Amino acid sequence: MTTLQINEAIPTAKGESRFRWQRLLVVVGYALLILIAFLEIAPFVMTVASSFKCEPAIGTYPAAFIPLPPLVQCQNTDAAGSTTRLSADQQVSGATFNPTTSGYERILGEGADLPRWALNTVIYSVVVTLLRLTFDSMAGYALARFSFPGNRVLFFIVLGTLMIPGVVLLIPRFLMLKQMGLLNSYWGYFLVLGADAFGILLMKQFFESIPKEIEEAASVDGSSRFTTFFRIVLPMATPALVALTIFSFQGQWNNFMDALIIVGTNTTLYNLPMGLTVLRGSGQDLQFDLILAGSVITTLPMAVIFFMFQRYFVEGVSYSGLKG
Amino acid sequence: MTTTTAAASQKQKAIREPNAKRQEAVAGLGFTLPALLILVVFLILPLFVAGYFSLTDWNGRTPLTNPTAYEYIGFQNYQRLLIDGRRVDDFYNAFKNTFYYAFGVIPTQTIIALVLAVIVNQRWLRGRGIFRTAFYFPSITSSIVVSMIFLFMFSNTGPVNGALRALFPNFQNVSWLTDNNGVIHNILGLIGITADTVPALTETEIFRISIWEWISGPSVAMFTIMVLAIWTTIGTMMVVYLAALQNIPSQVYEAAQVDGATAWQTFRRITLPLLKPTTFFVVTLGLIGTFQVFDQIYILQSNVTHRTTMSIAYLVYDQAFKTDPNMGRATAIAITLFVIIFIATLLQRRFVGGDRSET
Repeated sequence: MTTLQINEAIPTAKGESRFRWQRLLVVVGYALLILIAFLEIAPFVMTVASSFKCEPAIGTYPAAFIPLPPLVQCQNTDAAGSTTRLSADQQVSGATFNPTTSGYERILGEGADLPRWALNTVIYSVVVTLLRLTFDSMAGYALARFSFPGNRVLFFIVLGTLMIPGVVLLIPRFLMLKQMGLLNSYWGYFLVLGADAFGILLMKQFFESIPKEIEEAASVDGSSRFTTFFRIVLPMATPALVALTIFSFQGQWNNFMDALIIVGTNTTLYNLPMGLTVLRGSGQDLQFDLILAGSVITTLPMAVIFFMFQRYFVEGVSYSGLKG
Repeated sequence: MTTTTAAASQKQKAIREPNAKRQEAVAGLGFTLPALLILVVFLILPLFVAGYFSLTDWNGRTPLTNPTAYEYIGFQNYQRLLIDGRRVDDFYNAFKNTFYYAFGVIPTQTIIALVLAVIVNQRWLRGRGIFRTAFYFPSITSSIVVSMIFLFMFSNTGPVNGALRALFPNFQNVSWLTDNNGVIHNILGLIGITADTVPALTETEIFRISIWEWISGPSVAMFTIMVLAIWTTIGTMMVVYLAALQNIPSQVYEAAQVDGATAWQTFRRITLPLLKPTTFFVVTLGLIGTFQVFDQIYILQSNVTHRTTMSIAYLVYDQAFKTDPNMGRATAIAITLFVIIFIATLLQRRFVGGDRSET
């Protein structure tokens, strides 16, 4: 692009035509980015907007996306006691609609399972993340720093497990847990996911990049390896730990396949992705108000975390990419 | 550290040497033990368990304590699955679907991600952060949520049909998620080629599936799931490409400019080759991800599209957990999938080339 900028300064015929090319490129570039950004974001806008609509209004087009007060009820009981449902035309006018919280009330209200699923999701994500931070960094540190018999073998075992596709493990893991009596339990979930090869390699790489001298000084001071690790080494590893936290928390918050296998037949142990499949139901008659409200609730915490720590998300992805 | 203390510590070290070595070994094993146990018990052992049961006729339901639970049958599961079984077409049908899925999704998402990254990396661009956030956002949420959103967007009365009707007045609503017609069949139909006009293709079968069926392309329903995959992934891939682009030193471009290279030549001859390792990484991620497609199918398949949206990964689950399960066959498919992914990764290493020294 620098080429073209230089040519801008030279008023030759060739430069002129190149300048025009450059302008065209800018316009096309912006147009493409805006189009794709629209395609990526519009479905989310439509999902959030429609989650505040009554069933009949969800399937109307042009799809209204601007909520205007007042709040409405989807079902109204008149004085005579007969119930009427709010029609699409009553709720929607042009691009605006009167929002309802009926979908949210139904999945969060009395007797609903979703709060339990949300709690489970928090428990799974937090515990697995803490376990991985501890076990992955310990193993990563040992692989990076200690020479002990089997160090190389261990490293190749870790590297090898990265190659095993998760789908292939679906059934054997189920069988193992069944034999161990850990199927449908929190413990089963924590144990299976409590350490991962990616995290270990991430931490190993990080520890290799920091100088040894500080730890050596500490060991001269007489503190044990364990103390040195938790008091001195780990605090220095904050950037890698942040990346690992984000990867593992996001992975577990959204984890469907492992939950399906480990806690699949006990709805009280479901996480949010599993819960969403319950809201979807098995028939063709979909209750979109529930599905969309559930989707928004599932995504909201991740979205908040993403906007708070966006830099780390993007850095984490590019970090893993460059290592590839 | 002064010389004296350094010397002193050196001396201490020498005295403690054999002891320290053993200590280090103990510490090394102790530090790796928890993670190692988890990896071995829940990642490596299961793989061998799967390999073992793939050689048996266990149904997965009879308790293993029952002596008649299963029999060792050698490679019969593989043979029935791949060569001469009654359900041979099940596997090849899933293979066909997964193949179209992978080879539709991977090139598309890689090229779009690369183009977006190149534009976002331009110096004249304003609002870089906003674009990056918009592209990346879909990948923070669950595959299940994304599937639910697509269920809604692509439903018969959903926004996608609505928007297409608004853009093209003659547009007839497409039932995106329940349409079993092959995309390539549809395209051939436009130029007058249908099953009736090519009897040779409909009559010849390879692995119990006619050639005409092999070239169907993904069904419209599967095509919609492919759009979903591309839609979700391009953000992540773009961020990876962008990081790599920003890592290319500006001197490289300056040198190209001095040599009088055009923008296209610079891209073609310098940027692309320098991005080769990244492309290898992105394509590998794509291969591993697409060959394992499961969550989206679990949500978006229905009785109607059971056959045309069946992926290999979903077939594994289906065989293991259906009402009449067959764990031997399920594990045999799982192991076969493992081998397929492994071979695909090796092949792409040859074609894309992951070796940095090559570039």
